[in-house]
Amino acid sequence: MTWETVIGLEVHVQLSTKSKLFSGTSTQFGAEPNTQANIYDLALPGTLPVLNEKALEMAVRFGLAIGAQIGKRSVFDRKNYFYPDLPKGYQVSQLDFPIVGKGSLTITLDDGIEKVIGVTRAHMEEDAGKSLHDEFQGNSAIDLNRAGTPLLEIVSEPDLRTATEAVAYLKKLHSIIRYLDISDGNMAQGSMRCDANVSIRKQGDTELGTRTEIKNINSFRFVEKAINYEVMRQREVLEDGGRIVQETRLYDSDKNETRTMRSKEVANDYRYFPEPDLLPVVIDDAYITALEKTLPELPDQKSQRFVTDYDLSHYDAGVLVSNREMAEFYEQVVEICADPKLSANWVTGELLGLLNKNNREFSDSPISAKRLGALISRIKDGTISGKIAKTVFAAMTEDSSNVDQIIESRGLKQVTDSGEIEQLIEEVIANNPDQVQQYRGGKEQVFAFLIGQAMRLSKGKANPAQVNTLLREKLK
Amino acid sequence: MIGKSITELSKALAAREISSVELTQAYLKRINEVDESLNSFITVCEDQALAQAKAADTKLAAGEANSLCGIPMAHKDIFCTKGITTTCGSRMLSNFVSPYDATVVEKFKAAGAVTLGKTNMDEFAMGSSNETSYFGPVNNPWDITRVPGGSSGGSATAVAADLCAMATGTDTGGSIRQPASFCGVTGFKPSYGRVSRWGMIAFASSLDQAGPICKSAEDAAMMLNVMAGLDIKDSTSIDLAVPDYRATLNDSLDGLRIGIPRQHFAEGLKAEVEQAVREALSEYEKLGATLVDIDLPNNHLSVSAYYVVAPAEASANLSRYDGVRYGYRCDNPVDLEDMYKRTRSEGFGDEVKRRILVGTYALSAGYYDAYYLKAQRIRRLIKQDFLDAFKDVDVIVGPTSPHTAFLLGAKTDPVAMYLEDIYTIAVNLAGLPGVSIPAGISDDLPIGLQIVAGDFAEAKLLNVAHQFQLHTDWHTRKPNLSGPGFAAPSSKEVEG
Repeated sequence: MTWETVIGLEVHVQLSTKSKLFSGTSTQFGAEPNTQANIYDLALPGTLPVLNEKALEMAVRFGLAIGAQIGKRSVFDRKNYFYPDLPKGYQVSQLDFPIVGKGSLTITLDDGIEKVIGVTRAHMEEDAGKSLHDEFQGNSAIDLNRAGTPLLEIVSEPDLRTATEAVAYLKKLHSIIRYLDISDGNMAQGSMRCDANVSIRKQGDTELGTRTEIKNINSFRFVEKAINYEVMRQREVLEDGGRIVQETRLYDSDKNETRTMRSKEVANDYRYFPEPDLLPVVIDDAYITALEKTLPELPDQKSQRFVTDYDLSHYDAGVLVSNREMAEFYEQVVEICADPKLSANWVTGELLGLLNKNNREFSDSPISAKRLGALISRIKDGTISGKIAKTVFAAMTEDSSNVDQIIESRGLKQVTDSGEIEQLIEEVIANNPDQVQQYRGGKEQVFAFLIGQAMRLSKGKANPAQVNTLLREKLK
Repeated sequence: MIGKSITELSKALAAREISSVELTQAYLKRINEVDESLNSFITVCEDQALAQAKAADTKLAAGEANSLCGIPMAHKDIFCTKGITTTCGSRMLSNFVSPYDATVVEKFKAAGAVTLGKTNMDEFAMGSSNETSYFGPVNNPWDITRVPGGSSGGSATAVAADLCAMATGTDTGGSIRQPASFCGVTGFKPSYGRVSRWGMIAFASSLDQAGPICKSAEDAAMMLNVMAGLDIKDSTSIDLAVPDYRATLNDSLDGLRIGIPRQHFAEGLKAEVEQAVREALSEYEKLGATLVDIDLPNNHLSVSAYYVVAPAEASANLSRYDGVRYGYRCDNPVDLEDMYKRTRSEGFGDEVKRRILVGTYALSAGYYDAYYLKAQRIRRLIKQDFLDAFKDVDVIVGPTSPHTAFLLGAKTDPVAMYLEDIYTIAVNLAGLPGVSIPAGISDDLPIGLQIVAGDFAEAKLLNVAHQFQLHTDWHTRKPNLSGPGFAAPSSKEVEG
């Protein structure tokens, strides 16, 4: 039987405001427990919330970036439940009137096909604190540093059909929030969290199947694995004649499986109602227009420009703009060496590889854009070959002197002196009489071997084009 | 000097006829002598009061003082006071010492007022008789077998019995006006948003409002001058200039149009109360006012709507009292659920639990539309009734309560108790300012007159109340505190 998978994602993005959503406490990550919780965060009697305007701004900018309707009158609600790390006994969130309404974003699949994914809504809410159960013998401990941190919960339409699409959506979202600089989007630290609603149905069915919600997926890779596992599990259940129970499931990355966390029957009734301590947030067109002007060039626009201005392929442009820092780094490199294609190859090839290997970001790349640009310039002007450039690149990670010095001091400069190259060729011809014989006898393939010998003799420094021309002349 | 109005005390202090320390000592002495019979204070903070009085005297001597400097006052125990226990009348907070001052407290401090202590109240302000307090009921100083009203019963009693010159109260459904009426003092509830709620422990956030309880409209104007104003820490406080409320007290009432709501003179109103109110209205006619009969057609829905909205908000507001971070925690909890259950069962009294249950129910899936949403719709209708009425009249006048103070323990049925606030609740639902002033005495018990004005028309309200008090003396009548049941200081020592 052919099954179709339907996925919707709920993504919580921690907004990178300096202070909390409703209090002036710092949101800095990693402080000593409970040192970043003031009287409001502790829910002392008599304390009241005051909305952080920066968080509102960030939420609106996100809405504008995905072409969404902006809620000109959005309302905060109380979501009631008891838990020790929820100091007020309710979370302030938005239910019926979110700050961001319907919008969409476009993902590009591996085959280059674009797909528009609907975003249902995005709303502001405060985070809870943390409960620590293992550190203290027989006791649970509470850390309220995170309590009240502003979150933007972004809910997608059930438009995603595969785990790969879900990852592409998540990555696109990540890239947009990074472009907007409204969150660091760090999944490992929890500043971007993803819950996936997954269901399957028979191909052609119009009704959605019963879904499960998977929580605790904290990396792009796990999103893919968790969804694939869940789809497989649901398929097995259905094909065995069973039925899917609507429930929340927890993803266990160690075992790569999902398991029941709580079923709908025991789910909380959150008793939402409008938060009476806050007035509705009313914003006008002038406010929205002003924020619209602060939007940076977003990934889709940048990608289009790269294709037009730099004549890059859609694929290369897509890879480059997926990361704001990478795109900016790339443009700096192009500015120096004026070779968009070589720059794209080097940035997405050697440099990205190096950074990934060392787990580093473009912002702390061991090789600056300026130096990479200089290196590419030396390839362009024939000082070094592309192959030698890789050696120079490797040297640049340890040697901070400038590119020309590295080439010079290590004798890597390309040999273009035809006298010198002629000498090399004579030597090759002398050392390989048999092959020379074969070539002259019409065996064209041997030519490549002879070129290789010449290059090796020059330790790669000979200009390959020159070697080619001169060798042919000599063998005539 | 004890028992004088703030205006008089302020003059005496400024003229150095008496020092704030002397005045404070006198009030502390009287609290010590009388309050065992009244139970109007939960906490008396003698040392701090004397230190504040001393500081006030320095300011007074330097001539830097404003009108409330050195005046001894009391705060309802719902206002957080730094370093002093703030109980909200509950076992839940019986050990809670606030690390910060409420904005209202801070403002009185800045004005140089002296805090004598914290007054008794219904638990979490839920009650109309002050009988739900964990610290025991307050006795009405006019007759200690009767209730003082609630929830600000301690403040009203303390002012009536001259245990302080002025006090703060809070009013969610009548909690300033009804006890003011029962105790024969002036109780003023400002418009919602006029006074900051920061540091005032929440009962029903969209209805709660702090206000003065004192001896006259003029005193209330002086207090409101200090209390009112925008507070950026309270998002619901309004950014609207605060006038000098004393400046317009003597405006003429000639041409004033007074609305008489038919619904406030209907079944249930005691004859003696109606008579006092009618006499007060005649007094206003003499002052140049005209009387206009008006309708508040949805008034009869106000108590029902209130008892959905207020408990709904309260059910969430009181969730923070979970035994985790501060306040009462049950002994030896076996697990989290046990801690929650027992902490809240033992820490809250019956009326608080009842309202949490009602509110939780009203917000539950499947009931939300029928209760909470419907109540909010009624709330809008009630507001519209007032807006319509204020097209034709300047103020609305009627009784504060259908009757005078009732006997302690007389009302055991919660619904009967809820109906206590039949005339006051709509004012909270509409967010309007209202005042209760003494307007008669029947069987040695005071009768209160309620005056209501439009949004932020506090100055008009005070003007109308003050003019009445210029021409009548009901607000100067005092209970007889040497009557039966009052413990003499000596016998108290013996008993002690």
